[in-house]
Amino acid sequence: MAASPRLEFEKDILEIQGQIQKLVEMAEESGFDVTEQLEDLRTKLETLKEDTYKNLTPIEQVQVARHPRRPYTLDHIERVFTDWIELHGDRAFRDDEAIVAGWARLDGQSVMVVGHQKGRDIKENLRRNFGMAHPEGYRKALRFMRQAEKFGRPVITFIDTPGAYPGIGSEERGISEAIAFNLREMTHLRVPLISVVIGEGGSGGALGIGVTDRILMLEHSIYSVISPEGCAAILWRSAEHREKAATALRLTSKDLLSLGIADEIIQEPPGGAHSDWDGTASSIQEALVRHLKELCKLSTGKLLKARWNKYDAIGEWSDTEAEGS
Amino acid sequence: MAWFRKDKKPLKAEDRRDLPGDVFEKCNGCGEILYSEKLAQNLEVCPTCGHHFRINAEQYVALLMDEGSFEEIDAGLRSGDPLSFKDLKPYTERLRAAEKKVGRLDAVLSGVGTVDGLPVALAVMDFRFIGGSMGSVVGEKIARAGRIALEKKTPLIVVNASGGARMQEGVISLMQMAKTSGVLARLHEAGLPYISIITDPTTGGVTASHAMLGDVNIAEPKALIGFAGPRVIEETIRQELPEGFQRAEFLLEHGMVDRIVDRRDLKLMVSRLLHHMTD
Repeated sequence: MAASPRLEFEKDILEIQGQIQKLVEMAEESGFDVTEQLEDLRTKLETLKEDTYKNLTPIEQVQVARHPRRPYTLDHIERVFTDWIELHGDRAFRDDEAIVAGWARLDGQSVMVVGHQKGRDIKENLRRNFGMAHPEGYRKALRFMRQAEKFGRPVITFIDTPGAYPGIGSEERGISEAIAFNLREMTHLRVPLISVVIGEGGSGGALGIGVTDRILMLEHSIYSVISPEGCAAILWRSAEHREKAATALRLTSKDLLSLGIADEIIQEPPGGAHSDWDGTASSIQEALVRHLKELCKLSTGKLLKARWNKYDAIGEWSDTEAEGS
Repeated sequence: MAWFRKDKKPLKAEDRRDLPGDVFEKCNGCGEILYSEKLAQNLEVCPTCGHHFRINAEQYVALLMDEGSFEEIDAGLRSGDPLSFKDLKPYTERLRAAEKKVGRLDAVLSGVGTVDGLPVALAVMDFRFIGGSMGSVVGEKIARAGRIALEKKTPLIVVNASGGARMQEGVISLMQMAKTSGVLARLHEAGLPYISIITDPTTGGVTASHAMLGDVNIAEPKALIGFAGPRVIEETIRQELPEGFQRAEFLLEHGMVDRIVDRRDLKLMVSRLLHHMTD
């Protein structure tokens, strides 16, 4: 894989990778047998990757979730599904390329796929707006979710956005209304819905395609009401405190699982999704097939009831009056 | 911008005058000095320029509900601390301080009552309680008001005022958006009216959930209503925002609210609308 911008905690990993490469080159030139040394280094590398990625701090998790080499929605779609047909536009204003949507097959079964799409380089990011959708993106998403409902097909969404776009056009065209309407409609869409958080689950912009029967999270993805930087700027009065905010916000996949929001963590290959796109995609596929099978057994009534119960139950409160009486 | 136009209004003499707060109040709209008692009689609307002062949840209940008809529900709901959150202060400390300041356990006052004889469920947000932010209790109380409306087959009215999601409850607060919107879906299916009244200020997660979902969205004049706060937008796009941006009139112009209603006409408007929908 191409050299990636370095994260501090990845330094040692990259160094050993460099050593392996040098050794291979040297062996080729000189003809020496380095099999044993290579084996040693590779074992060392795997152990190091595993150790490093098992012990990431919350802010490091955030960095991995935002890693520029991390597979994005279309990268997963290419690997998880077959027969992908991308469709465009909200039929009202324009095609927002920060969200992609279309038909695909999961293990042969026809499904609708909707997801945030980040760009890989500056040029693509100009088109995709760094995965930050405008209102028309959310309306496009809902249009295709409703199309799935019409034909009785499940919907699978991939969540990966810093947030909905905070800009003038966004407000003019009603970003709040677009997200709110999606939330309302998703709670009673009459087909199974599964979301997979693959990178950044950024607040309302994530939830706008995230009200689903199952919420699956890639191991190093995050889901938060506000970015650690934004939270630090408000509560600690300086974005420099993002590390504290990242910890306090409980935004890692493990946190979301223990808070009862995420239903399952999909393990990533050692070294993170960005080190093995195919491996990551195959784990996603396995999980999707399994969850979809369960959901498809339910009648529509039971499916909706379970969805309502799921969201109705979220929150932590006590009733002081009930206790007192 | 024209170079000869002054950015700031010149200081007026009264800007520097200390006013006894309980007797007089200065209007933020026109600078007029107002007699507090008169202002209260006028529902905290400036008689000179029509500026709407912010009012609290009890005041909205009093102005919307028929006298003596309101029965509060769920007053005992108190938020937990699901993340054990601590920034410069622990969340629990912020909660206790807000309880003391506002005299309520969280940022919603809810109940049932009548509007011109018509039974309704009502939830009113209170900006004084941690900026009206939506955590578990706000979400739950609004959802319960919606469920009571469903049960009793009455309309639901929500008066919104909020800075958005309550960060101290993290992703749990985010999910309250799905909770309140979900109850509104059921209300919608049942053919029951939902009127959203949007007051100054309503931003973030509350705007992006139940505040925007009314069969009719009513805004108070000049109320700040938006998804992202103006400062966040300015920092993102690095240009000045147009005048009147994210004010009620801006939303009306862009088709996001159905009507701007003066507070003094609010009850009558709600009543007339509900009668159209339910008679």
